[in-house]
Amino acid sequence: MATEEHSEGAGLAFHPMDQFIVKPLFGGDTVHWYTPTNVTLWMAITVLVIFLLLVVGTRGRATIPSRVQSIAELAYGFVHKMVEDVTGKDALKYFPYIMTLFMFIVFSNFLGLLPLAFTTTSHIAVTATLALAVFLSVTILGFVKNGAAFLGLFWVSSAPLALRPILAVIELISYFVRPVSHSVRLMGNMMAGHAVIKVFAGFAAVAVISPVSVLAVTAMYGLEVLVAFIQAYVFTILTCVYLRDALHPSH
Amino acid sequence: MATDATEAAQGAADAAHAATEAPGMPQLDFTTFPNQVFWLVIALVVIYLILSRVALPRIAGVLADRQGSITNDIAKAEELKLKAKEAEEAYNQALADARAEAQKIIAKAKEEIQADLNDAIEKADAEIAAKSAESEKAINEIRESALESVTEVARDTTLEIVSALGHKADADAVADAVDNRLKG
Repeated sequence: MATEEHSEGAGLAFHPMDQFIVKPLFGGDTVHWYTPTNVTLWMAITVLVIFLLLVVGTRGRATIPSRVQSIAELAYGFVHKMVEDVTGKDALKYFPYIMTLFMFIVFSNFLGLLPLAFTTTSHIAVTATLALAVFLSVTILGFVKNGAAFLGLFWVSSAPLALRPILAVIELISYFVRPVSHSVRLMGNMMAGHAVIKVFAGFAAVAVISPVSVLAVTAMYGLEVLVAFIQAYVFTILTCVYLRDALHPSH
Repeated sequence: MATDATEAAQGAADAAHAATEAPGMPQLDFTTFPNQVFWLVIALVVIYLILSRVALPRIAGVLADRQGSITNDIAKAEELKLKAKEAEEAYNQALADARAEAQKIIAKAKEEIQADLNDAIEKADAEIAAKSAESEKAINEIRESALESVTEVARDTTLEIVSALGHKADADAVADAVDNRLKG
């Protein structure tokens, strides 16, 4: 009985989390802060793809764009319009930073969907760094631009006076939860999707359910393509919303 | 018993394996954090430099150029449209002018023809009047001469008749008598 269970366990080898292991690229076991790892490789590929799209793709500077230039212009227009609509015209000087965030996340997510790829945005270390960078810069920017008036963000002047201290506490908590939700949302979505695909793929080893498993993997993959873009979009638009709060703290 | 022992050994090996390979979530393996953050910062800085130095100014330039050329083309089209309208107006004006000119020429020709016609009618009238007057004169002459002839024939006839009746008639007396009779 026990042997039976064991042999079945060996047949169905689930290692859904193995794809997230950070490994040194050139052998060795220890991961120092400077060691080139698979993280390094896939971030380098991300940078390369962004370079290919936005620099090599637009080298013609054509008035009637080529296909690649069209995509580059589309990406530019998409983020530019987002910043302009959500944050306002005065925030367009921060557009390069937001564009950097968007391009990095969207290409990390998409490249992570390639078979055997490593998804850098599925790690809390990466997303938390991004979210903390946004949180800190937005907070500092808010105080630099508005001084103490930035605290008006927590003082809901439209509410009754008696409620305002309570609301201020709630607002303060929600403000500090922002980087957590911001980072965990992206990391959780990316990790969960990849893990689920891996689990379905593990079931493909059993001949009877393998057609279902392959179908499920295909369906999940389609969903993940959607999620990859939507999460990048959500991360970017939330950054824009936080930036608007910093520039115009009054409710 | 033997199975249990192998199972236990397997379990221990699994545990060891798990400890070295995947301790639950690799995401929570804090030893890899500095590495990831370090490479992330480098990647972000590189992306930012690429975007802000090369890519974004270039794309913004291309978009501005395109917007400019579109605006220019629209302005040009507007200008050409205006020109076409002007040309149409000029054409219509020319058409109206030509029509008025034609009308004028027609009126003039009609006037001239009318004048000629009037002249001709007048001339014809005068001719006809002259001719009718001449004819009247001729008729009168003929009538007078006819009357004279009748008187003479009456005198001659009377004289002959009187002579034939055996009377010696005085020519003057007969003439007087005939004239009296004719008058009466």
